[in-house]
Amino acid sequence: MLSLDRVTKVYKVGTFGGKDMVAVRDVSFDINPGEVVSLIGESGSGKTTVGKMILKLIDISGGSISLDGLDVASIHGAGVKRYYRHVQGVFQDPFSSYNPIFKADRVLSLIRSEYFADMARSEWNAKVEAALRAVTLDPDQVLNKFPHQLSGGQLQRLLVARALLLELKILVADEIISMLDASTRIDVLNMLAELKSRGMGILFITHDLSLGNYISEKTVILRRGVVVEMGATDKVFANPTHPYTRMLVSSVPQLHKKWVQIEAELPAPIAGRGGCLFHEMYPLAGRTPEPAADEPTLAKIEEDHFVGCFDLPSEKASLVA
Amino acid sequence: MSLQVTDLRVYYRTLAGDVKALDGATFSIADKEIMGLAGESGCGKSTLGNSLIRLDGRMKYIGGSVNLDGAELPIWDNAGMNEFRFRDVSVIPQYAMSAMNPTRKIGKMTEELLESRGESYRQIRPELLRRVDLVGLDRDVLKRYPIELSGGMKQRMVMVISTLLDPSLLIADEVTSALDVSTQRAVAETLVSFRDRGFVKSMMVITHDISILYQTADTILIMYAGKLAEKAATKTIIDGCRHPYTKLLISSLPEVGIRYANKKLKGIPGSPPSLLKPPTGCRFRDRCPLAFDKCVEEPPFVEIATDHSVACWKVTGTDA
Repeated sequence: MLSLDRVTKVYKVGTFGGKDMVAVRDVSFDINPGEVVSLIGESGSGKTTVGKMILKLIDISGGSISLDGLDVASIHGAGVKRYYRHVQGVFQDPFSSYNPIFKADRVLSLIRSEYFADMARSEWNAKVEAALRAVTLDPDQVLNKFPHQLSGGQLQRLLVARALLLELKILVADEIISMLDASTRIDVLNMLAELKSRGMGILFITHDLSLGNYISEKTVILRRGVVVEMGATDKVFANPTHPYTRMLVSSVPQLHKKWVQIEAELPAPIAGRGGCLFHEMYPLAGRTPEPAADEPTLAKIEEDHFVGCFDLPSEKASLVA
Repeated sequence: MSLQVTDLRVYYRTLAGDVKALDGATFSIADKEIMGLAGESGCGKSTLGNSLIRLDGRMKYIGGSVNLDGAELPIWDNAGMNEFRFRDVSVIPQYAMSAMNPTRKIGKMTEELLESRGESYRQIRPELLRRVDLVGLDRDVLKRYPIELSGGMKQRMVMVISTLLDPSLLIADEVTSALDVSTQRAVAETLVSFRDRGFVKSMMVITHDISILYQTADTILIMYAGKLAEKAATKTIIDGCRHPYTKLLISSLPEVGIRYANKKLKGIPGSPPSLLKPPTGCRFRDRCPLAFDKCVEEPPFVEIATDHSVACWKVTGTDA
């Protein structure tokens, strides 16, 4: 199990890094084995930053990430290689993930030279074939080909197959299907759903709510680095409570339901409260947000459903933990 | 009849031969119509859009004609098209984020652009400001550099500039693909409002996202491998499409409310054919679940009901 506990990332910006920019603040959630967690947010909401911190590509500024009890930030030296045996990532652009000069299956042979140097060739080939079959690729079609000879969906699945060669526990899938066609993206999505039945935990980072809704058990909605709503996917989508979530859900283009039938207006915030980044963006007309105490903390409104907002309906607010 | 395209063929020149990216397209867009153009990548939808405004060096005009408001567009003649570009035919390019000159302030850039067309910036400026207000941007954007704007703001600014001279046809190429859902909705609704206010007469919206088209377009044209597959009113395409490709495309869309656990969606097996040597007959034959012996012949694109055309032997009947 991978747990994030009040994870924060502060980037130094400005001349000589004189200013702080908080990219992610106090994000806490768990990814259990066999579970897909979708991390949804707009651009700049810090969703990729969370993924990069899990993959140890950038340092964590505050809080902690732990894999099965082991603090990820404390891993150094040879431990990093061991960590990557269990945690791997796949990124958005399949074409820039490959070196165009080498054949695409080089990503697989690099795994062999790093991790399985003394494995017999026949055993290795069987392992590769099993991994390719798991991602519904035909080995004859993809092995010994250059990246430009393969389609985006094939390349993306090949990267997942590469991750499968290791004893993978967590896969960070950062917008892996947003560059694919409608006809192939659903295949990649179904493949991810198959993988979770093998006991893998998947962090599915996306800006597309319908995709997140389709495969995930748990949804985390991030806005400007802060979790505004999280919980079981069916509960978050059936009963979106934070005004931002409601706006997101109403903006998703749907078939059979025109936008004009759905209101996308943001509700006016209650005066006299500050500190919430969301309400600072949408203050009441003519009112400057008062610099007040704290961000709203996540409150439990029902089993497995948490919302970070002051304006919770009163009958639900009584449940605030 | 605003735009009439007849048997348009545009190929790409490559060392290996001609890539037949657009191989005989015949359709029309009426006044006040927003036509959506959808299909997988590499099916020729951007080629069709680009060929109506500018053929780049690799594109070769093979045949066919384009008629806009009664005048023939000389699309094979780069210099001759200059007279029509921006004024009659305008485009919102695929990468609108990087479409503006980064070294000029936006106002200055617009001024230079208008002057290159022989229009007076001072006369048009009040209208420009009005439209900047309309899309919800601050008038100050004209004094700023493109880098100071967010993606959605740049997108809307490009939309304002592209439609400033009230073109008759606007080609919007994947304008919403790179945006967040909330910005996506704002941009798509702005497009429709431009049509409603008469800034553009008719519009061609190119995207691979059919659910966006359902929200914005009046008619939808589905392309496959350089050929037209189906064209009909939006509602007909979504609820009563006939071409097997359209059916598969629509059934592969995940929607809010559909969960993997309850309903497993399927993609379309296989991939589009190479257009270097496209297969003879129906190009969708290899992936089509309904294919039969007649499909070795090319199906004609025929009207099966009012404003509903399909190219499929199964739909039109083999005697057609």
